[in-house]
Amino acid sequence: MEDLFNYIGNNMEMIYFLVLAILLGVEVISNVPAILHTPLMSGANAIHGVVVVGAIIVMLQASPDNYLALSVGFLAVIVGTLNVIGGFVVTDRMLEMFKKKPKKS
Amino acid sequence: MSLSILEISYLVASLTFIVGLKMLSHPDSARKGNLIAAAGMLIAIVATLTLFQDFDEDKMLNYSLIFGGLIIGTLIGTVMAKKVQMTAMPQMVSFFNGMGGACAALIAIIEYQHHQHTTVTGFDGELMVMLLGLLIGSVSFSGSMIAYGKLEGKIKDKVLPMNQAINMVLLGAIVVLIIYQLFGESTPLQFYILLGLALVYGILFVMPIGGADMPVVISLLNSFTGMAAAFGGFLYDNKAMLTGGILVGSAGTILTILMCNAMNRSLTNVLLGAFGGAAGGPSKSQSGDQTVREISLSDTAVLLSYSQNVVIVPGYGLAVAQAQHTCHELEKLLEEKGVEVNYAIHPVAGRMPGHMNVLLAEADVPYEKLQEMEEINPKLANADVVVVIGANDVVNPAAKNDPSSPIYGMPILEVDQAKNIIILKRGMSAGYAGIENELFFYPKTRMLFGDAKDSLQKLTQEVKEV
Repeated sequence: MEDLFNYIGNNMEMIYFLVLAILLGVEVISNVPAILHTPLMSGANAIHGVVVVGAIIVMLQASPDNYLALSVGFLAVIVGTLNVIGGFVVTDRMLEMFKKKPKKS
Repeated sequence: MSLSILEISYLVASLTFIVGLKMLSHPDSARKGNLIAAAGMLIAIVATLTLFQDFDEDKMLNYSLIFGGLIIGTLIGTVMAKKVQMTAMPQMVSFFNGMGGACAALIAIIEYQHHQHTTVTGFDGELMVMLLGLLIGSVSFSGSMIAYGKLEGKIKDKVLPMNQAINMVLLGAIVVLIIYQLFGESTPLQFYILLGLALVYGILFVMPIGGADMPVVISLLNSFTGMAAAFGGFLYDNKAMLTGGILVGSAGTILTILMCNAMNRSLTNVLLGAFGGAAGGPSKSQSGDQTVREISLSDTAVLLSYSQNVVIVPGYGLAVAQAQHTCHELEKLLEEKGVEVNYAIHPVAGRMPGHMNVLLAEADVPYEKLQEMEEINPKLANADVVVVIGANDVVNPAAKNDPSSPIYGMPILEVDQAKNIIILKRGMSAGYAGIENELFFYPKTRMLFGDAKDSLQKLTQEVKEV
């Protein structure tokens, strides 16, 4: 137990960060109209694709002869990129349709 | 110096995520918000590639693999995202979400290999972050894949006997395994058993949940992946991953709750599958021998042409039949004849909240014709004809008058107030919630059976001839 508290104590800055970011996330989104739920979910989906940065760091830290790490990391970079690129492109396609209307009508 | 620039880049990226998400929640700025977040993502990736330094060896191979991965991912992602039909949007989001979860789990696996060489006695915080990243990432991956398969129609709804009990046992085993590894010793075997259990749990978690609740599940899994990304951020002390991950984790949770509210369901209710798989028994007010009245195409055409005020209620049936363009045709034609046409959009019409707006927008239906539920409900009594296209549960009066109905209390479009109701439907099958709709048996209701697109095309033709 003592170690657990020490761990928390040593990472207090991070924990503040965590709590504030959670509240920020709630605040940012709470007034969204229902019509935007789908694009918003899709956009948020693209944002958590930032996990690909972690995959890149893994690859940069792996030693060049650690083939297991390299191949798993390679896969991680691919799927992470899929998440980012796919997410943003799909969201843009959805929102593009919202935008087209005012001109036409 | 370069490390400071890296940190500053992460700060900029974090800010773009926050601003982007904020802008995404307003219709006018949504598209720009998405682009801003994407620009921030690009900054974070490029900065990591160029400024993250760990040069003790020659890393040419690593760099070529990274670039290879980035290029492959970009190509596949772009092609998939560009090619997908608007109706298949929910499962596409689910698929990409699963990829993010897989990425987080893979990172945890590699980091665990490194971690093996360090020995920590007692509580091991770093290991905790890894295990949680692995757990949540894997659940999100396998769960999203099942959700994807279900929406694609490749996986049927299936409920194992005692599914809830099995899930509880699995979850218990997972918790015990994590605690054991944290406070005792962690062996690779335990680690991989945890991975296996997490994958199975993800499958069993989504499996019994019915199609109507799938958007809620996707949204929930979306916030899971956000958390998994945040654990990765903890591991590397990486602020961009932390902000992006936590922001999506908390915003996604709120979004999930908002969606539940729109359907008047509680989250626990959705997750325990109260009406997901095992729907509540048939509604009590139904007796088997009620009959429905059909209407012919030409009668419908006449009725519509001589109305003053028509309201169209589009549902998922319209989306699967790809009939949104034909529907817009009909609406334009009626408008030319001086009929006022509006669309009544239920918050959960389609497969996800807002999905129907996207589909109709694709067909160039003017924005102001789409009226939300609160807006249109008081006006429905004045409507001469309500045309319900492939919608069912969202117009079921049982939600208002039958307390025994599983959807009792869900806000609905009160189409039963209108003077005439025409329902376009393929057959008499029940809606997604699996319950009868007494609206179909009302004296002022007429049914027009057939594929939505086909019926609408013929109807448009008939209206032209009136």
